[in-house]
Amino acid sequence: MNAGMDDLYREVILDHHRCPRCREPLAHVDAQAAGKNPSCGDEVTLELAFEGDRITKVSVRTSGCAIATASGSILGELVPGRTEAEASRLAEAFRQIMHSDDGELADELDPGDLEVLTGVRNFPVRVKCALLPWITLLEAVAAHREGRPGGESTTEV
Amino acid sequence: MKPRDRSLPAPAGIMPCDGQQGDCSHCGPLFPERFPILTRRLGGRPLVYLDNGATTQKPEAVIAAEARYYRENNANVHRGMHTLASEATDLYEDCRAHVARFLGLGRSGRVVITRGTTSALNLVARGLAHKLRPGDEILVTGMEHHANLVPWIRVAKNEGLVLRHIPVTDGGLLDLARLGDLLGDRTRVVALTHVSNVLGTINPVAKIAAEAHRRGALVVVDAAQSVGHLPVSLDELGADLLAFSAHKAYGPMGLGFLAGKLDVLEELDPLESGGEMIETVTMEDATWAEVPHRFEAGTPNVGAAAAFPHALDLMDEITLERLRTHEISVTGYAWDRLSSLGGLTLYGPADPSHRGGLISFHDPAVHAHDMAQLLDARGVAVRAGHHCAQPLHKRLGVVATTRASFAMYNSHDDIDALVDAITYARSIFAS
Repeated sequence: MNAGMDDLYREVILDHHRCPRCREPLAHVDAQAAGKNPSCGDEVTLELAFEGDRITKVSVRTSGCAIATASGSILGELVPGRTEAEASRLAEAFRQIMHSDDGELADELDPGDLEVLTGVRNFPVRVKCALLPWITLLEAVAAHREGRPGGESTTEV
Repeated sequence: MKPRDRSLPAPAGIMPCDGQQGDCSHCGPLFPERFPILTRRLGGRPLVYLDNGATTQKPEAVIAAEARYYRENNANVHRGMHTLASEATDLYEDCRAHVARFLGLGRSGRVVITRGTTSALNLVARGLAHKLRPGDEILVTGMEHHANLVPWIRVAKNEGLVLRHIPVTDGGLLDLARLGDLLGDRTRVVALTHVSNVLGTINPVAKIAAEAHRRGALVVVDAAQSVGHLPVSLDELGADLLAFSAHKAYGPMGLGFLAGKLDVLEELDPLESGGEMIETVTMEDATWAEVPHRFEAGTPNVGAAAAFPHALDLMDEITLERLRTHEISVTGYAWDRLSSLGGLTLYGPADPSHRGGLISFHDPAVHAHDMAQLLDARGVAVRAGHHCAQPLHKRLGVVATTRASFAMYNSHDDIDALVDAITYARSIFAS
């Protein structure tokens, strides 16, 4: 594999793609959102369960490329146990870093495998694939905060 | 000029394509040395360009002609009394004449110069709108590129028209058994693609056109994927109007054509108005210039028009028959090799003589975007996605496909490189 593909298709990413975590639909859903990138057809269905302001359970079902699927799986691994504010902070930090040339996710965000996914920013056309589950998370959290049923999001503009 | 990576001696049996069907057991490329971009290397590997359905590469003669125009002749057309203006006008009109000859247009045919196929088809759909009444019907097909669908959707909505489509069979052909039901007394336009940009299917345009004309409907043909690959004649297809782009036929970008019968073109309302397209203008009124000039408001892409005849000359030099034979050989070889990989779904007719030079495929294990990315890492350029044909992909039951599309400079070696790259992509995803 050449160096470029090493950054994109890291073993961690491929593992998340092969065995995506947290795909089971939730029995009880407090917030949800659907993400879609129409030009490539990637779709994410995200469900959240809350206790107070803490997210206890996540279901993330991604239909799309390896990058989008792996990103959703990593989200499913990282988000449960975080408060609404902590999850949003992580999503916002990830979005920011994917749109910049350098820098890394702060350790205090406890970014786990998400750090690996930041390599995708070297492939600008694929950034939207990596971001889709996280933008969908922000929409679900916003819907929950505002008492809405949840909406739709996209990383295409 | 050294074409691509030819440092190794050609293995025995690899011959340049002589265009003789049956002698093409292992076709080399046609005229690769004419295309400077083919000497590029990507990540240490030779470029294998298989995205010709999106745009073909340009021969040196075209590149040089466009540069020469800007160096030597640049001026605006159809205005100005000076020498350069006259030369620019001659080059521009010479392009129109070349295209008319290339399509076999007779005395009653005219060529409108546009920005591309999309703008030509928008001109047709919106230009015909004033002739259409609520309840009139437009018939398209289930395999149209959005360029020959969305303009009709818009006109249908605006004018209260009924938009019908000829469905696509499981084998990737138009379901002609339905044609009798779908063509009615109120069918005003039948708009269809000559060659599907996803399935590769060559549609029986002449047969459908004959039926359409029997019902008094106009026939509009999207020839974006056929011009430059197979012989295209307005009369033989039975088309009233036919649109194509220069850039998919070895010409420059930003240039396309709407060819048609004069009496049909005269019925079209101009889409854009302003300079260049008028006869006389007062403060209150204006009259239109003759067809085709009334459809060419504003300053056109003269540099591209000056260059495109050189692409047509190249195809004349090769002959379209030889080009077609070559593409059939490459496409047939690609179909066989991709089929033998196992696990890929290939779309459209299997017989390469019934399809244009492209193959779309789906791998359930590797998403099309991952496939295209990994192929690119091997220097193989393909397209992944819905190829501006979302309804067709819904019909196929997939969100995205990977498409390899061919041109004169592709060879059996390129197909081998494609297959090796797919094997590599699959190895990354194998668990």
